[in-house]
Amino acid sequence: MKWVEVIVSFILTLSFLSFPSCGFQSDELLVDDEEFGLEGAPQHRSPEPIPTRSPPVTSPTRKRHSDLDSDSKIQFSLDHAFGDSDFSPAGTFSARLKTWSHGGQTLTKLRFSRNNFSDVEKEKFKNLLESDDFYRIRLPSNVLSPPGRDFIISSVKARCLPRESLDEHFVIHMEGVNVLAVNYGSPGSCPYPRNLKLPAKWSFSSHTVLKNSEQAPRAPVFTEEILGGENAEGEVVQPAERSFWAKYWMYLIPLGLIVMNAVTQAMNMPEEQATGQVPAQGQPSAGAVQRGPSSAVRRR
Amino acid sequence: MAIMSFIFVFFFFSSLQPILSLYEDQVGLMDWHQQYIGKVKQAVFHTHKTGRKRVVASTEQNIIATLDLRRGEIFWRHVLGPNDVVDGIDIALGKYVITLSSGGSILRAWNLPDGQMVWESSLHGPKHSKPLLLTRNLIIEKDNVLIVFSNGRLNAVSCIDGEVLWKKDFEEESLEVQQVIQPPGSGFIYVLGFAASSQFEMYKINAKNGELLKHESTAFSGRFTGEVSLVSSETVVALDSTGSILLTISFHNGKISSQQTPVSNLLEDSPGLAVIIHPSVTGIFAIKTDAATIFIRVIGEGKLEVVEKTNHETVVSDALSISEGQQAFALVQHAGSSIHLTVKPAHDWDSNLLKESIKMDQQRGFVHKVFINNYIRTDRSHGFRALIVMEDHSLLLLQQGAIVWSREDGLASIIDVTTSELPVEKAGVSVAKVELNLFEWLKGHVLKLKGTLMLATPEDIAAIQHMRLKSSEKSKMTRDHNGFRKLLIALTRAGKLFGLHTGDGRIVWSHLLQSLHKSESCRQPIVLNLYQWQVPHHHALDENPSVLVVGRCGPSSDALGVLSLVDSYTGKEFSSLSLVHSVAQVIPLPYTDSTEQRLHLLIDADKHAHLYPKTPEAIDSFQSEFSNVYWYSVDDDNGIIKGYALKTKCSSNVADEFCFDSRELWSIVLPSESEKIITTATRKLNEAVHTQAKLIADQDVMYKYISSNLLFVATVAPKASGEIGSVTPEESWLVVYLIDTVTGRVLHRMTHHGSQGPVQAVLSENWVVYHYFNLRAHRYEMSVIEIYDQSRADNKDVWKLVVGNHNLTSPVSSYSRAEVITKSQSYFFTHSLKAIAVTLTVKGITSKQLLIGTIGDQVLALDKRFLDPRRSVNPKQAEREEGIIPLTDSLPIIPQSYITHSLRVEGLQSIITVAAKLESTTLVFAHGLDLFFTHYAPSRTYDSLTEDFSYALLLITIVVLVAAIFVTWILSQRKELQDRWR
Repeated sequence: MKWVEVIVSFILTLSFLSFPSCGFQSDELLVDDEEFGLEGAPQHRSPEPIPTRSPPVTSPTRKRHSDLDSDSKIQFSLDHAFGDSDFSPAGTFSARLKTWSHGGQTLTKLRFSRNNFSDVEKEKFKNLLESDDFYRIRLPSNVLSPPGRDFIISSVKARCLPRESLDEHFVIHMEGVNVLAVNYGSPGSCPYPRNLKLPAKWSFSSHTVLKNSEQAPRAPVFTEEILGGENAEGEVVQPAERSFWAKYWMYLIPLGLIVMNAVTQAMNMPEEQATGQVPAQGQPSAGAVQRGPSSAVRRR
Repeated sequence: MAIMSFIFVFFFFSSLQPILSLYEDQVGLMDWHQQYIGKVKQAVFHTHKTGRKRVVASTEQNIIATLDLRRGEIFWRHVLGPNDVVDGIDIALGKYVITLSSGGSILRAWNLPDGQMVWESSLHGPKHSKPLLLTRNLIIEKDNVLIVFSNGRLNAVSCIDGEVLWKKDFEEESLEVQQVIQPPGSGFIYVLGFAASSQFEMYKINAKNGELLKHESTAFSGRFTGEVSLVSSETVVALDSTGSILLTISFHNGKISSQQTPVSNLLEDSPGLAVIIHPSVTGIFAIKTDAATIFIRVIGEGKLEVVEKTNHETVVSDALSISEGQQAFALVQHAGSSIHLTVKPAHDWDSNLLKESIKMDQQRGFVHKVFINNYIRTDRSHGFRALIVMEDHSLLLLQQGAIVWSREDGLASIIDVTTSELPVEKAGVSVAKVELNLFEWLKGHVLKLKGTLMLATPEDIAAIQHMRLKSSEKSKMTRDHNGFRKLLIALTRAGKLFGLHTGDGRIVWSHLLQSLHKSESCRQPIVLNLYQWQVPHHHALDENPSVLVVGRCGPSSDALGVLSLVDSYTGKEFSSLSLVHSVAQVIPLPYTDSTEQRLHLLIDADKHAHLYPKTPEAIDSFQSEFSNVYWYSVDDDNGIIKGYALKTKCSSNVADEFCFDSRELWSIVLPSESEKIITTATRKLNEAVHTQAKLIADQDVMYKYISSNLLFVATVAPKASGEIGSVTPEESWLVVYLIDTVTGRVLHRMTHHGSQGPVQAVLSENWVVYHYFNLRAHRYEMSVIEIYDQSRADNKDVWKLVVGNHNLTSPVSSYSRAEVITKSQSYFFTHSLKAIAVTLTVKGITSKQLLIGTIGDQVLALDKRFLDPRRSVNPKQAEREEGIIPLTDSLPIIPQSYITHSLRVEGLQSIITVAAKLESTTLVFAHGLDLFFTHYAPSRTYDSLTEDFSYALLLITIVVLVAAIFVTWILSQRKELQDRWR
């Protein structure tokens, strides 16, 4: 029986331990939301349009959690324009739309598939590079009902993009299902003056980051004791806590002067007795102590 | 020797005690304060009693003020706030000023001598209507009564305590009450008005108890327009809505009879749309048409007769009863450089009681209003004085053909301010003229010395104070070494430009801009902004700086623009341009041409950019920077921020090489259901940043993200854009953004939940400070965001710097990915704010202080160190040494740091900081209704001796010390000699 009890309690502890870990996993999903889906090096090798990467296998616990907040898949497109040309499709963003139990909707697991440049587009892009002109992109301002109120436009000097391949970096600022702004540009620096440089490979390596609003830090709240009513004048009170020297230096300096004066006076008294002896013979032990200051006095 | 040096050091330090705030006797040394009341709307004289004669005025800035009739000084004034519009004022019982405000719903009585409020009563009624105030010597049961018609209700209010004695509602929906009359000596009140715009209604009401005695109405075929003019106690005149038919309505004995007279019968030529301008002279009224002002007399039963027709700009005053049954009124007409003031008796048009011609400054424009008052002359005849309000909002008192006093009340509505340097002092004028003579100079210093040694008698102290205040040094019209003397150029709403001297605040010149004057081509001129057009450095001796005034013809943003160039030294307008495009934005570019005229880019409503000045040279220098010009626009209503760059020359049919098309580069669309833009802030263009690195406690370096293209935007939930407290904390939030305006990248975005506007923000260097209301904590909060550049963070290595392997000197491009980190912290703050600014010094070395315009209309200086996101509860020793203040939850308000000391800048609107040449000092100009100017040194004047530094004391100290050295030296020599001899 005892064995059984031990086993039961062991299993119970295990299950208790595992439950929080389930909760933690679901929490991780949130963290994952803000992570970026990175389209790494393997993708831009393929000349064909990059297929949407299948989302990682979700564990059953996640599934169960997401039953509460329903998920659905959505897609929205990225358009681009060369200089002042019209916008044309350039790629597709796909993401999971998560509907929270409290009614809010957020995007998670953003994936991006970029269409590679066609020959015409390559030509256009080369022209942009030569004239140091703008390469423009746009996104719908609402991902559920594109284009929403207006398109979100962003642009970059085309010469900023080419490295080995065409490197681009998106930071999409979202509020629920609305896209507020997109920071578009090269992932690194783009030093001025911009030099003309053609990419070695005409394929994109794209990085996308989804950003939601941060919470502002709260004003610090102190407990009542610390507040104590005086706290508002804390800075005024502070001068009172100055060091002893800072407070009384104006008295201390004259005092010090008087003391010094007195000491020199006192010094001179024994000196009068000592002066006769000093040149005559070696110093007595007491004279050694006085010698320092007395010589200082004389040096004056 | 050590003692000597100690004594010396002691003396030296005791003479350099730091000044922690302003002393009483320093008030007025560097600061000045001017009080104004704004454009007068209504004025009532109080001259009956012996004692000080005064005039009570209400203004368009919602101020009630009493002015001294002798000198024009303010006795007292009250600012009623932006929503409390004054509808009428009067004097009751000879000691109370009665004001009706807020659309007739608040009636107040103020004590005339000192301005204390005596009583206040709120009058509510069934519907909104035109408020009317009637004070006659109406006495009901020994109680003086005011009759107020407001909000569809007639109230009789006791003068003594504001109690409503009786009230009578007029609930008929379409009734518009135009006049409330109480015929003198009768016990009833007539309420006259229109119902459904075509029916004349007359109510006769018992003045004792508000009982309705009689109600009559008559319908007319036409429709009425607003005003009716009361020509006698039983006759009114009205115009129909076409402005072509005059109706004379008399209601004798409660019977309404009327007569229609076409305006064209009275005038030969067709006058166009006419308006009745004058409501209350017995027997006479005036109509104004486009071309002329016509005075018409009513004779007998509805017969009309034109008495005069003037083509000049004519202004008429209200009637003034001068003696038993006799009334007079004043007419003011312009004639060249002078104005004619005529006072006529009401019954006899052809005779004049007074006719005066007064020379008037052209720069004051036309007369807008006139108020008259009479007095008994020494020869027992009637004398008249007139208070006139001019086009530039100034107020003048005329008496005996002269201007007794004038007030520049246009300065109460300053729109924009800029500064200009004064002329350079020409050689050979300097020293001899300034220092009157050596004796005076010596005397002054001896007096000062006496003051410091506390030997001065009270008379001496007064003399010293006088000398300091009247120092000719500070009000000279030349540039000074420290850059304290400047010209403040202020543009007022009336379209007048003022040059104010920073030394004493006097008006050096004032100029009404002719190009922004009402004219045929420009019907409704509006002045917008002021920019520095030309600041000569190379030719500072022979060229004057100039400013650019931008205006537009009409209230809408697509109205055509007007530019005017004004010389800063003389105030003369030397050039003006009527533009063929609108002005939506003006961008001063950081380029100048060879005559040092600054290039300006004007963006019109169609997003075309126009370059000014239109010279080939300007376009040449602009072409080279063509691709580096970016700008942005903020559309508050739609919540869209867009960025633009220049594209090509304008493609319009007119060949204009100074016009450029723009292209949209980026856009940020804020969701309209959750965010509404309420505030934006940018860095000042002329701000200098001394260092881009910030050393932090542990010998570490952080690089400030310094970009002049940083834009701070604050948005709130659309629901929460109203008053504080109108929403719950759950449905209210404040989102702040930091945006790079070249690329449109959002560098930082942060949400304050449960917070609400209004937001006041200031952006400087790499930080932004903003103020808002926290609904959860029920308190105002201030937050700071500091933004640092991480891409330069790896430049900490000394070796890299030595070898030159760093990127500190390479040009910064906005197109590089911004690697920034932000730090932020929030604190509680007690006050709500009206304005916020930051001190500005010439090189940006001096530490910054925030200048906060408090709700009490004062300016409070707050050290930026209190708003440092690195503050913590227990800072480490190293951090303390760096100057980090331990974290507190609220920001302290130190009473000594009010830079306005005891003064108030009523109606504070904005605080402007200008750098002086002296690094430690910033010039602060705060304006609203009042003006206030002072010098402010955020870190004390560490680079100069204070004004009251006693050179004489220093000299004496040195002399005494030298003497003491010699004496002691001799003494010690002697002693040594004695010792040797021993």
